[in-house]
Amino acid sequence: MSQKTEPILQMEAIEISFGGLKALDKVSLQVYPGEIMAIIGPNGAGKTTLLNVINGVYTPDNGRIFFDGKERPLKIKPHHVAAMGISRTFQNLALFKGMDTWSNIMVGRTKKMHAGFFSQGIYWGMSQKEEIEHREAVEGIIDFLEIENIRKQPAGMLPYGLQKRVELGRALASEPKLLLLDEPMAGMNLEEKEDIARFILDANEEIGYTIALIEHDMGVVMDICDRIVVLDFGNKIAEGTPDEIKSNPKVIKAYLGEAEGGGE
Amino acid sequence: MLYRECGNFKDNYAKDMAIFPIPLDRWGLGIMLVFAFLVIPFTASDYWLSSIMIPFYCFSLAALGLNFLTGYAGQVSLGHAAFMAVGAYSSLILYGRYGIPLVPSILGGGIVSAIVGSIFGIPSLRIKGFYLAVSTLAAQFIIEWVLTHWKWVSGGVFGTIDVPNLYIFGALLDTPLKKYYLVLCIVALMITFGKNLVRGQLGRNWMAIRDMDVAAEIIGVSLFRYKLIAFAVSSFYAGVAGALITITYYGAANIEEFNLFLSFHLLGMIIIGGMGTILGSFLGAGFMVLLPIFINQSMLTFMERVPSNLRANSEAIVFGGLIVFFLIVEPYGMARLWHTIKEKMRLWPFPY
Repeated sequence: MSQKTEPILQMEAIEISFGGLKALDKVSLQVYPGEIMAIIGPNGAGKTTLLNVINGVYTPDNGRIFFDGKERPLKIKPHHVAAMGISRTFQNLALFKGMDTWSNIMVGRTKKMHAGFFSQGIYWGMSQKEEIEHREAVEGIIDFLEIENIRKQPAGMLPYGLQKRVELGRALASEPKLLLLDEPMAGMNLEEKEDIARFILDANEEIGYTIALIEHDMGVVMDICDRIVVLDFGNKIAEGTPDEIKSNPKVIKAYLGEAEGGGE
Repeated sequence: MLYRECGNFKDNYAKDMAIFPIPLDRWGLGIMLVFAFLVIPFTASDYWLSSIMIPFYCFSLAALGLNFLTGYAGQVSLGHAAFMAVGAYSSLILYGRYGIPLVPSILGGGIVSAIVGSIFGIPSLRIKGFYLAVSTLAAQFIIEWVLTHWKWVSGGVFGTIDVPNLYIFGALLDTPLKKYYLVLCIVALMITFGKNLVRGQLGRNWMAIRDMDVAAEIIGVSLFRYKLIAFAVSSFYAGVAGALITITYYGAANIEEFNLFLSFHLLGMIIIGGMGTILGSFLGAGFMVLLPIFINQSMLTFMERVPSNLRANSEAIVFGGLIVFFLIVEPYGMARLWHTIKEKMRLWPFPY
């Protein structure tokens, strides 16, 4: 983990409400370059909402967001956020099911491809060169994720675990400055979880990606993350290293309920 | 065995990403092209050329246009016949009234149609599915009304413009054979262009929007941009198809030819042919254009004594039955059927 103190993403006092429900209440957090940060919390705590705010899917009512040293408007189109260098996977599989694996990953590079309309239609010169160049980069990711044998299969036909892996590949393809993973291991068996954990660690250590992830499996979170932020009912209740979080009484309360008074 | 993919080793990505990576496909396409350019023109009668092949190519092109929009980008349109009409009228105005050469007029008709199409595509940014279908239905009615009522467009006589004598590079375009070649050349070039578009990044972005639009936008695909491009490209193809069929087959731009029924017909073509495939547009157009003629001819041959009104009705019944049959056998369209046949042929005659 690098020791730069300037955070790559800084969110200050983010507030958003849906109707009467305050989904995020003055949440502030920082993500530092080169770290793996986890956002945890019980169901409905506002974790996915937070990611959607970062991506620009939701516009927060209040707060400030800085990315890469510059303040970002609160209301922004998601594809502009992607162009700034934030990539994302989804809680419920969001692969393009009718396309094959390599095309799915290729879509992740869309912000890097600039061949014009007519050049693409003729498939000559710049467009052809660009396609081949990016195909090579995609093959690198396919190689990294060990999915060579399924590169030409339709993504919708793949088993669940592999689909999750292809989705990770699609997010990696844009070579993001910040990679957001929304429950990358949900619904997986132990072996698949270990695989994904290994890929996340490799992406962090070998390629140097900054990663923020949401995950419910505490074992994995405690093992691979440098820092943890805990949300509960839209509030940030704790932040710190895995060891600090494990012994934090507020966190234990949020997960297990009040110890005294006989439970509920 | 018959369809070989193996033994065909690609040692670089350029080969793997070629337009037809498998040699057998290249041969097949070459044979088809020779057939279309050299065999059909010199064996078919004038009736076949002008009344069967030309409409078939034109409707294939229009279906391909709709396929870009519906099959690839996932946006339904019920106004495509109107976009064909826009292309037909504007190309005739360009050619007849302003004396612009024939091929630029045809492409100009397509461009006008593309502009109109993208205006009617704007609602797609807010609504999708059935609701979008209804809003494109509005395009059909608005355009029909404008073309019949705006005197400047049609001269005010039932919304009709006659096709003048056609000259291309100074030569009179009169025989069915010459018209056939004009249509075939334009269609062949536009298919190649379209095939390249859909296998490149534009096509991938379209399919991403079709399959999962929210994810596509977060990944970096601008919905606004690519949906409008889809509408523009799609109505460009429809407009060119409308212009071609008008000048080479109908002989006059008439709004009656481009009614709502044709819009449904086009949608039927791509559903039966196969959504999201280039081949499907052709199979579907073939099904809708050639099959009724085939049924008609075979009924004439085998049921000579049956009264003609009974024969006409049974044609409709057989045609409808075949549509249902094909959709039950292969809901993904005839292009998928062809795909399955290829899969089978790969192992034939020794399936394990």
